[in-house]
Amino acid sequence: MRPMTITEKILARHAGVKEVAPGELINAKVDIALGNDITAPIAIFEFKKSGAKKVFNRNKVVLVPDHFTPNKDIKSANQCRILHDFAIEQKLTHYYEGGEVGVEHALLPEKGIVVPGDLVIGADSHTCTYGALGAFSTGVGSTDLAAVMITGELWFKVPESIKFAFTGKLGKWVSGKDLILQIIGDIGVDGALYKAMEFTGRPIESLSMDSRMSMCNMAIEAGAKSGIIAPDKITKAYVEKRAERPYKFYSSDEDAAYSEVKEYDCDRIEPKVACPHLPENTKNVGELKNITIDQVVIGSCTNGRIEDLAVAAKILRGKKAAKYVRLIIIPATPYIYNEAMKKGYFDIFLKAGAVISPPTCGPCLGGHMGVLAAGERAVSTTNRNFVGRMGDVKSEVYLANPAVAAASAIKGRIAHPDEVMKR
Amino acid sequence: MRFKGKAWKFGSDIDTDRIIPARYLNTSDPKELAKHCMEDEDASFASKVEAGDIIVAQKNFGCGSSREHAPIAIKACGVACVIAKSFARIFYRNSFNMGLPILESDEAADSTDPGDVLEVDMDTGEIVNATKNLHFKARPVPPFMQELINAGGLMESIKKRGMV
Ligand code: SF4
Repeated sequence: MRPMTITEKILARHAGVKEVAPGELINAKVDIALGNDITAPIAIFEFKKSGAKKVFNRNKVVLVPDHFTPNKDIKSANQCRILHDFAIEQKLTHYYEGGEVGVEHALLPEKGIVVPGDLVIGADSHTCTYGALGAFSTGVGSTDLAAVMITGELWFKVPESIKFAFTGKLGKWVSGKDLILQIIGDIGVDGALYKAMEFTGRPIESLSMDSRMSMCNMAIEAGAKSGIIAPDKITKAYVEKRAERPYKFYSSDEDAAYSEVKEYDCDRIEPKVACPHLPENTKNVGELKNITIDQVVIGSCTNGRIEDLAVAAKILRGKKAAKYVRLIIIPATPYIYNEAMKKGYFDIFLKAGAVISPPTCGPCLGGHMGVLAAGERAVSTTNRNFVGRMGDVKSEVYLANPAVAAASAIKGRIAHPDEVMKR
Repeated sequence: MRFKGKAWKFGSDIDTDRIIPARYLNTSDPKELAKHCMEDEDASFASKVEAGDIIVAQKNFGCGSSREHAPIAIKACGVACVIAKSFARIFYRNSFNMGLPILESDEAADSTDPGDVLEVDMDTGEIVNATKNLHFKARPVPPFMQELINAGGLMESIKKRGMV
């Protein structure tokens, strides 16, 4: 048998064949299919139009209205209602609203809905996040979701894989977010177009699950189909207490073929900032002098997890956000919200002058809870800084990790965490 | 399928937020979405674009989110097809699934100016710039994708295969 990558193995297994090769078109069984309040309404419409009556498996279709919730206006409310009614009609096991809903890509791993070895599709581009668990997961459109809701399977083109091999040691304020920004800055927003990004090496093996999720989350920002990290003992510790279903660890064969291998030395990677208006416009935070800001957002499916809030709390403890800077902190799920509260982070955040939002995508996509005005500038721990992404077309978004975001809130300009923390 | 229409020209990495800004995603009504198509890139696009016009762009068209609202908005404002050097993966997939014709051609992307009249033959991949009298051949569409188009998109294709 030809040697295969982890991605090829998972795809082969779900296509019911022994092996697959890049470029091959396959039909594969889907373990979990996800939709949200933006994408599911179209999928549900297509589902009904086709004459279908029942979803292929009520445990495997997951609906998470998280983008414009709590419903920000009448139109959003009507969209969410479509999900609500469909979830009841189809008796979906995994439907969340009110105080149970969180940002989808934080929620699914946390609840053990997605497990290692899965094939997951989601009508949301950041579905690639679950690669952090050693699953193949990729974003698709609403029509794809409709097709899967009916049939439980979907066509895929087996992607080539690029291997990103890390060595060295992570610097103090460097996290998974910085590693992925380093890569995107290097290869560009279409540098991994149609491909699977596989992250390997010692520093990856010691990364927390939260940091791994930040990394895989942004694979799409390099144009990739998926990002993946081979599961290990850190993965096991995370999933064993959550997994809803049996899981399986896959790994790449030693001699598997990659379209490219890129090497990175973590000793040389500093906290990164992606400047407007593309995630590839990265700079070291130290290179950015006197960029004043109006808003800081700490949250999203990239960096709204407990580790992210812990770093922000560490930096904000006993300090205040600069005057005229709005600091908005959004725990990604109700569980994270509760954890942060129990750990005392809310006290720190509130004393720092932060607004603590309920779990939602909110400002990440310029939806609500912190939309930018013309000429305003934000530092955000989210994943996209496209023109108009967080508000007016004349606003600007700088992407960074939570430590940089918190330090910038204190200084009122883009700042290195070392500037506000004693060494 | 053959199209003839006037070209609108865009650059590289036109993301889905520029095709249809997220602030309008609280609806999925094609007519509503069409009103805001390309708004943040060219505010006059939606009011000036005419049925049958063709969008021509550089590389990585449609990058960013998975929103099918992007190809829906483009189609609903009357655009006949999109030609680019390359497309972002999900946009590419969505276009075939929902029946927005798209073609990849470096030469056509480079030599087209705004307002040029283009003729496109989807079956052969031939692109003619009638204004400049230039002929190009787009990258062939994989047979599997061609079948999807012939079936009338993904939903029709699963119906034909008796899967509903
Ligand atoms: S937090 Fe932002 S990037 Fe993540 S799913 Fe929500 S809108 Fe998309």
